[in-house]
Amino acid sequence: MLGYFVNSLFQAQQPAECSLLVAEQVRFPPDVPFAPKGFPGAGLLDFVVDGPTKQGYQDIVMITFRQVNKWFGATHVLRDVDLKVRAGEVVVVCGPSGSGKSTLIRCINKLEPIGQGEIIVDGRSLSNPTTDLTALRAEIGMVFQQFNLYPHMTALQNITLAPVKVRKLSREEAERIARKLLAKVGIPEKADHYPAQLSGGQQQRVAIARALAMQPKIMLFDEPTSALDPEMISEVLDVMVELAKEGMTMIVVTHEMGFAKKVAHRIIFMDEGRIVEEGGPEEFFANPKEERTRSFLNKILVH
Amino acid sequence: MSFDWGIIAGNWKFLLLQGLFGIGSFGGGTLRLAIPAMVLGSILGVVIGLCRLTHRRWISYPAVLYVEIFRGVPLVMVIFWFWFLIPQITGQRLPDYSVALAAFVVFEAAYLGEIVRAGVQSVPRGQVDAALASGLTYGEMMLHVILPQAIRNMIPSLVTQFIVIFKDTSLASIIGMMELTKAAQIVSQREIRPFEMYLFLAVVYWICAYSMSRFSRRLDSRISPDHVQSTRVLRLSS
Ligand SMILES: Nc1ncnc2c1ncn2[C@@H]1O[C@H](COP(=O)(O)OP(=O)(O)OP(=O)(O)O)[C@@H](O)[C@H]1O
Ligand SMILES: [Mg+2]
Repeated sequence: MLGYFVNSLFQAQQPAECSLLVAEQVRFPPDVPFAPKGFPGAGLLDFVVDGPTKQGYQDIVMITFRQVNKWFGATHVLRDVDLKVRAGEVVVVCGPSGSGKSTLIRCINKLEPIGQGEIIVDGRSLSNPTTDLTALRAEIGMVFQQFNLYPHMTALQNITLAPVKVRKLSREEAERIARKLLAKVGIPEKADHYPAQLSGGQQQRVAIARALAMQPKIMLFDEPTSALDPEMISEVLDVMVELAKEGMTMIVVTHEMGFAKKVAHRIIFMDEGRIVEEGGPEEFFANPKEERTRSFLNKILVH
Repeated sequence: MSFDWGIIAGNWKFLLLQGLFGIGSFGGGTLRLAIPAMVLGSILGVVIGLCRLTHRRWISYPAVLYVEIFRGVPLVMVIFWFWFLIPQITGQRLPDYSVALAAFVVFEAAYLGEIVRAGVQSVPRGQVDAALASGLTYGEMMLHVILPQAIRNMIPSLVTQFIVIFKDTSLASIIGMMELTKAAQIVSQREIRPFEMYLFLAVVYWICAYSMSRFSRRLDSRISPDHVQSTRVLRLSS
């Protein structure tokens, strides 16, 4: 609760230097103990982090993974994952098939429960039973490889469902926002089309608009362009680049390395459930430290 | 063998009104049994189907047991059970119609429950992900996202099941309930013209069943909003 309050205070601050200032003021004395696990304020200290503040994102931690482990039956899919994502940061996650990328981001909105460790999103611990999960999910937009639009609803209905049911907006207000978002993703004329009447690229842009309609603080993308024909990939990536420029906190699982170079603040390479390597795009592509990263990059950059 | 059309001309009103619709002094009636059996069986079927889908075993196992028991025994036997059991338990005879209806509801709910379960499971997992990720509750997800798609997928099976129920009501004649088959039996015994009577009976059953399956196809293409899918379904089923 308190953590959330402090965080929303930070959210109100726009430029990076401004938020740094506030961070200075609220910085806790070093002897303040960590809040016990499960306590609503757990992870409060995470809002103030050390290290350089790269231009374009703020010094506020939005997502924290602390020693997260997860199993599917006997398969160990996430191993000791530690991760911090700051407000406004764009993190690209790559790695071979089955390395746990989808699982990693599905844990952030608890579509998958974790086995061990702790995840804190926007100041709220996912393992805390008092955390309002639906309220938290409402603030996290998610875009899927297979679009997952509701086939029995038009584009407009797809976009307005959650704002009306969860945010309790009036239908008119929700539709006004939906039409604005459809214009933003470049398909204002498709409002009354059903998903089956749209191309893959158009469907994915409706799916992005649907996620944005909830005015999320975080956007998660799970291989948003992998199911698309090549000529439709850029129309979706363009929307995502625009979103990144606006300062959205984004975690993007993708193998589109051009996109990663252009907008990512950080690239994470996963293998066998572990974060093997991470770094800014320049160093990540120029001289990857790990052998596994190098061989993976060789494979995907060849074509 | 000469064919006596007069038998049909003289008795068709009795057969249709009393046998099919249950309008007359005998009560009963094929449709008056089939329609409530379908409606009440579906309500019980939704409960059983959703119970089978939960992860709580103490809820899902009894539902599995129920389905397996009633799918493993003949309907005639269930009707006999109810016929003999209900007077044993309640101490009084119920009307034939009530006994038959109870037996049909209990028996058909097993099949209808499986149709509901298959319908919900036919909706891709990604729909659940998208709905939950947007902040909808479990109930809102079921109501607005999953069930509308599930019901659309269930309609052909539901109509097929209704046709099965419609035809199976003829079994109610064994406990003496008045319905189409029973009415035909009475007439054919009185007039001693079984061939004409049972031919007429077959034609009536067939026309009813066939028009229901035609209706289902039209319904299916009407409520399916994405045109790509509806034309595909139409082509496959015609
Ligand atoms: N629902 C599940 N049940 C059991 N095992 C699963 C399930 N989902 C994923 N797995 C397993 O977990 C591991 C990680 O899967 P995940 O989908 O996170 O990988 P990924 O990196 O996203 O792969 P891809 O690039 O193919 O999408 C794989 O070994 C996969 O088989
Ligand atoms: Mg994946």
